[in-house]
Amino acid sequence: MIVFLLKGLLRDRQRSFFPILMITIGVLLTVLTHCWINGILGDIVNLNARFITGHVRIMTRAYAENEDQLPNDLALVGINELVEKLQEEFPEMVWVKRIHFGGLLDVPDEKGETKAQGPTAGLAVDLLAGKSTETDRLDIEKSIVHGYLPHKPGEILISEEFAMRLGVNIGNMVTLLSSTMYGSMAMQNFTIAGTVRFGVGAIDRSAIIADISDAQLALDMNDASGEILGYFKNNLYNDVKAEEIAKQFNTRYTNSDDEFAPVMFRLKEQKDLASYLDYSSTFKSIIVFVFVLAMSIVLWNAGLIGGLRRYGEVGVRLAIGEHNGHIYRSMIYESVLIGIFGSVFGSLIGLGIAYILQTKGIDFSSFFKNATMMVPVVFRAHITPEAYYIGFLPGLFSTVLGTMLSGIGIYKRKTAQLFREMEA
Amino acid sequence: MKRLIVLCILISAGTVFGQYPSGEQILNKIDENMSSKNRILLSKMVIYGRWGSRTIESRSWIQGAEKSFTEYLSPAREKGTKMLKLGDQLWMYSPSTDRIIQISGHMLRESVMGSDLSYEDMMEDPKLTNNYKAEVTGTEIIDERQCWVVELSAKKDNLAYHSRKMWIDRERNIPLKEELYAKSGKLLKKTELKDIKQIQGRWFPKRILFKDMLKSGDGTEFIIETIQFDQDISEYIFSKAALRK
Repeated sequence: MIVFLLKGLLRDRQRSFFPILMITIGVLLTVLTHCWINGILGDIVNLNARFITGHVRIMTRAYAENEDQLPNDLALVGINELVEKLQEEFPEMVWVKRIHFGGLLDVPDEKGETKAQGPTAGLAVDLLAGKSTETDRLDIEKSIVHGYLPHKPGEILISEEFAMRLGVNIGNMVTLLSSTMYGSMAMQNFTIAGTVRFGVGAIDRSAIIADISDAQLALDMNDASGEILGYFKNNLYNDVKAEEIAKQFNTRYTNSDDEFAPVMFRLKEQKDLASYLDYSSTFKSIIVFVFVLAMSIVLWNAGLIGGLRRYGEVGVRLAIGEHNGHIYRSMIYESVLIGIFGSVFGSLIGLGIAYILQTKGIDFSSFFKNATMMVPVVFRAHITPEAYYIGFLPGLFSTVLGTMLSGIGIYKRKTAQLFREMEA
Repeated sequence: MKRLIVLCILISAGTVFGQYPSGEQILNKIDENMSSKNRILLSKMVIYGRWGSRTIESRSWIQGAEKSFTEYLSPAREKGTKMLKLGDQLWMYSPSTDRIIQISGHMLRESVMGSDLSYEDMMEDPKLTNNYKAEVTGTEIIDERQCWVVELSAKKDNLAYHSRKMWIDRERNIPLKEELYAKSGKLLKKTELKDIKQIQGRWFPKRILFKDMLKSGDGTEFIIETIQFDQDISEYIFSKAALRK
């Protein structure tokens, strides 16, 4: 029977092509929208976690209150001991030291005097330690445009855009002018090992990336760092676990009277990410729900129209003695086949486009030229397990439901009325 | 009788208005006492910050508001760092980098080495009469000294402190206390001048307490170890070549 129905569908394009096309488009749009929204929201959270917030972040209370000013004079001290304790007490996490610093990057001419200069936002991470996980976490190697990853002290990476603006190349010496942890003038020479582009406007505009030991030396931050970040070893953020760890840590270490006492914040508590995550999750659900609902109505309607269009055909079939139930079932089987084909095509095409958008993305850098937010300039889709069924199920069921509703009329048609209709 | 009454009114009015000298007179006297053609000083800055106190020793050559050269002598991390200010341009040299770096003008209002002094505070000796008009508003006793309370307002727009309130020692023509305000009226800094001594015929403080009201910490003590006025300073000192020497 399936083969018979399939042949019928293939030979009568009016019965197959347009319904399948409609379902395909609807499913495609649902899958694509889901992946696109998921990708953008996920990227923003992931980016913030990798560069700023970690899965949990430890700062002094005073630093946390003024963190926008990069107040390294309020940094954590005695961090080597603290990191050792953290590794013992919370072994499920990887703990890393970070220093964010501001300053001027000065490029010398041949006499050693200022040739070019620009304000820089520096990030110091562990680049040189053998077991460092930071280069992978920040995707540094993949982000290198020219040059190489620093492999000895005194080497830094500079954002490609900043390097071009200052007119510096690989191997050039530059001087960082900043403030030490104690407020004194800090001047330190660095050699440019490479240029990087992370695809984040706020970083790509004027960033330098230095090894944490070099930054500690330059900023007089011996055994100190602005922040300690913790990441779950599987790299997946778990808010319940993060909350538990933060609670344990803060009970043990935080002294409410001491402004230099370390305080732990989980990802959701930082940079308004909690409200952002809640808002974006609701927003995503609403968008996907509305989209699925609209598509279901359209497909249901298509099923109804399909059923009604075949009013005459059903009449003939009833007149030649075909049983009501048989006609009804065959129409439902047909709609199941149409629904499956349309949903499969739609899901495949949607996932295909989503995959391209996941790997290539769309560059919105011109919109984020002066953005100070940690937002990726290349928006990418993200294929999640839900993407495989989020379009498929409504695509299939709404078509079948439409056909089932329109087919109810089959049982209501009387033989006497049928002949009168056919004579007319 | 009428004449007598008018005479009495004139005498009493004269007495009232005659109590306070004009603000300009007082500023002139301060400039005469404190400003010089140039000065060379050896000083210590004790900065009381969040991490305890730090002492930075330096030697400065200052000529008016335009030219200044400072060499840091200690601690080891700052030793050999030099700064040259010519007008609104500032150059810095650090021996560790062997670089001369030019700093843009707005840095002049930033903190020197994390202290409560700005580069302008430390490296300029401007005449008050050139920049401010003054009005005497009262008298007070500060450190057991009779003082005029003088309020200054800027004649120019580009000054770091738009208005100032000074408590001037009536006898020695030197401020003993000062409050420095922004154009908005916000209090930016407070200073107290202590250990006033007579040096080369001028009354001058050996110790100045600065408190930047926008910063945390307990302020900065600027201690003048030695000071010499109106010396023959070679023009070479105020050149970039001197930075590397």
